[in-house]
Amino acid sequence: MTAFLLRRLIQAAAVVLVMSLLVFLGVFAVGDPIEILISPEADQFERERAVKALGLDLPLWQQYLVFLGNALRGDLGRSFVFNEPALKLILERMPATLELAIGATVAALIIGLPLGLYAGLKPNSPVSKGIMATSILGFSLPTFWVGLMLIMVFAVQLGWLPSTGRGETVTILGMRWSFLTSDGIAHLIMPALNLALFKISLVIRLTRAGVRETMLMDYVKFARAKGLSPARVTFVHVFKNILIPVVTVVGLEFGGTIAFSVVTESVFAWPGMGKLIIDSINVLDRPVMVAYLMMIVLLFITINLVVDITYSLLDPRVRLEGKQ
Amino acid sequence: MSAPTLEVRNLRTHFFTRAGVVKAVDDVSFTVEAGKVMGLVGESGSGKTVTGFSILGLVDPPGRIAGGQILFKGRDLATLPEAEMRGLRGNRIAMIFQDPMMTLNPVLRIDTQMIETVLAHAKVSREEARQRARDALGQVGIPSPDERLKAYPHQFSGGMRQRVAIAIALLHKPDVIVADEPTTALDVTIQGQILAEAQKLCAQFGTALVWITHDLSVVAGLADDIAVMYAGKVVESGPVTQVLDAPLHPYTLGLIGSVPSRNKRGEPLRQIPGMTPSLLNLPAGCAFRSRCPRAEPGCAEPPPFAEYRPGQHARCIHPHQEAVAA
Repeated sequence: MTAFLLRRLIQAAAVVLVMSLLVFLGVFAVGDPIEILISPEADQFERERAVKALGLDLPLWQQYLVFLGNALRGDLGRSFVFNEPALKLILERMPATLELAIGATVAALIIGLPLGLYAGLKPNSPVSKGIMATSILGFSLPTFWVGLMLIMVFAVQLGWLPSTGRGETVTILGMRWSFLTSDGIAHLIMPALNLALFKISLVIRLTRAGVRETMLMDYVKFARAKGLSPARVTFVHVFKNILIPVVTVVGLEFGGTIAFSVVTESVFAWPGMGKLIIDSINVLDRPVMVAYLMMIVLLFITINLVVDITYSLLDPRVRLEGKQ
Repeated sequence: MSAPTLEVRNLRTHFFTRAGVVKAVDDVSFTVEAGKVMGLVGESGSGKTVTGFSILGLVDPPGRIAGGQILFKGRDLATLPEAEMRGLRGNRIAMIFQDPMMTLNPVLRIDTQMIETVLAHAKVSREEARQRARDALGQVGIPSPDERLKAYPHQFSGGMRQRVAIAIALLHKPDVIVADEPTTALDVTIQGQILAEAQKLCAQFGTALVWITHDLSVVAGLADDIAVMYAGKVVESGPVTQVLDAPLHPYTLGLIGSVPSRNKRGEPLRQIPGMTPSLLNLPAGCAFRSRCPRAEPGCAEPPPFAEYRPGQHARCIHPHQEAVAA
């Protein structure tokens, strides 16, 4: 296990280094922030002073090395726009996105697993066919449209749920969370469901396919031949086997949700990282963009590691790997 | 005389598919006494496995038992409610499967899989259940059972896994064990060990054993009685030595002829021409007649299952009643 973790850490460091280079080059190619940041009336002298202050006068490779040196000390630069550390800006927004993503993933599992299990166990019942047909909608309807429809129905017409913002928040460990207040939860429901829609369909389909495949296995029949109750066969023998693919895909999806919840955050004016990055791209706020992308890289690496560890907990055949 | 441990009477298990009714088991009868071994022999697709699953009540839709009785100590299992059937399964009637690599759940430890079997049928503490599981492993010759209980199936070899499966089947000292080709996937040496083990344990506990196989040599060494199946029907049954030494049905003779043996060295092996017919829309009459060297027009009528010698039945209108050198 230790050897496995060590190897993964070294791999992770390499990935981060390569990504930092790509991100830096990519952001540089997007455009020159000076044109946007400095008022058109500024004279040559003011302009040069600004360029120097932002460190944009150095050649690109030197800028990269400066960035890398600072990054190693935990400093990902200051936002051109807010004149605050980019990392701090992102971390401030992170709880909002995190609770949205976690809410969506939990919803996907709570709704998707039972429905998928049912559809897999009773593949010929009309209810199962209905579940499967609906899950196709979940896959194919565009997120923003569903978001707008949710607002139309539940906020505008029925008036049950608020349509924008996070609502009341509670501060814990210096971060603001809304899932601990009832007002916050009311605000969270719609965006989380909106974001979960695709994932619910994915979990339903994965679970159903897994159940159908596992039910045919000899070990399921053997479990029945041992006289076990149907509940034990389903929830122990079958369920543990189907969790393996579900955990893998949901884990990877979780990273994607955090990184790309931009659309949902925009529709529901949810003040998360997605909204921050869109605003930053609009004004070419390079440090924030770079810091955001680096955060996402780290996030994906961490999630992959957690998925691998979970995987080895679920599947004993994986456990011995790296233990030589 | 008390009822035999297991008596299968005119069992019919049919699969109602979209393409038609598949009569996988069509009129199968046999009897197994306590402590005896019944060899159920036949080619792939002859309905032996489905017969086994029928006894356990594990036939999945679209299949179901369409007729006949399965009498377990006088109780008809074919009409028993599922809840009562579950109480018998793994408890009084156990099954061992063909492929030991597939019968144990890969993500659960051996102890989990054994203890759950104990707890499904006995009101004992977990500790007591573990103790029983350990004893069962010891019984089937698995060294250091304490350690092995904590292992996962992939840490065992095929032979060891089959021993574990047998240990699970033996946990409640069942009255009947249905063994579906349990040695087919194993090496010959391991096969011998498992056979000897099975024989010993059955004699010890008075278990009635139904041994399903396509391997006549296994049956010859192990079984007391034999039933030969072809296309869902028992075509011949009787005491094993009698059937193997003087087969009545041309199919049984053909099966025996296709086993390689030392005294047939140098001669080409006799094969049965053709292949097993599709069970879908099987024509009436003897299903073997298209491959039978002795077929005659009368074979188009369903042949009766008649006793030609004491204890030896055959489903044929022109059996080999003369002595034949097999």
